[in-house]
Amino acid sequence: MKSHLRFKTYVAILIMIIFGPLGNVLLGKGMRRIGVINFRSPADIIHVLIVVFHTGAIWLGIASLLTFFLTYMLVLSWADYTFVQPSSSIAYGMVALLSHFLLREVITPIRWLGVLVISLGVLIVSWTPPRTTGRAE
Amino acid sequence: MMREITLLLFVVCAGTGGELCISRAMKTIGEIRSFSPASLVYVILRVIRVKWMWLGIGLEATAFFSLLWVLSFVNVSEVVPVTSLSYAAGALGGKVFLREQVTRERWTGIVLVSLGVVLVLVGRV
Repeated sequence: MKSHLRFKTYVAILIMIIFGPLGNVLLGKGMRRIGVINFRSPADIIHVLIVVFHTGAIWLGIASLLTFFLTYMLVLSWADYTFVQPSSSIAYGMVALLSHFLLREVITPIRWLGVLVISLGVLIVSWTPPRTTGRAE
Repeated sequence: MMREITLLLFVVCAGTGGELCISRAMKTIGEIRSFSPASLVYVILRVIRVKWMWLGIGLEATAFFSLLWVLSFVNVSEVVPVTSLSYAAGALGGKVFLREQVTRERWTGIVLVSLGVVLVLVGRV
């Protein structure tokens, strides 16, 4: 039973670390495609909203972030917040790895050290039980 | 200077407080075992009736807009390391507010994660 709880917690955290950063990247990509926004009149706001909601990347970004948030809510129904919060920070490492190997971005030695320290921290947190409380009143 | 520090601490407290409230709301719902679309809709309908969820969403929104405000006059490189304090605040809140058992191992992991996040964000090219 405990291994089942651990397994579904890890699956949920994996979904979070994929869809959280992906959502942010897609929103950033969509907004960059739109360009600089200048609000001079109320009509500009409506115009921007129309353009924003006609951008596919933004819809995909919203869907990714909704997936992230829903998974976050679900995992908190059975796992400790103090387990999920530090464990999900492995996303920082994922972003660094993806940007290095897929986008060929330069990662500084300090950043690699940070990824290593985060991974070590997450490893230590993962040794502790995912749930230490019962259902709240 | 005092205004920056106060606002940054507010961002950390409101953001972490929001997550703790959402966690509390989900703990009142209990462990979710079925992941079918109908079950998930039922969970959402149940959770929106929990006051902690609304308090959590309100605090998260306040933290988000406060962060945007802070970023308008403080450099990102100064803001981001401070926001990693949320890991320590979260551990403290989890222990006191959610009554979670934060063991020595978990504290060690959380401190390392906070340190690592600072290094990742400070070490940008």
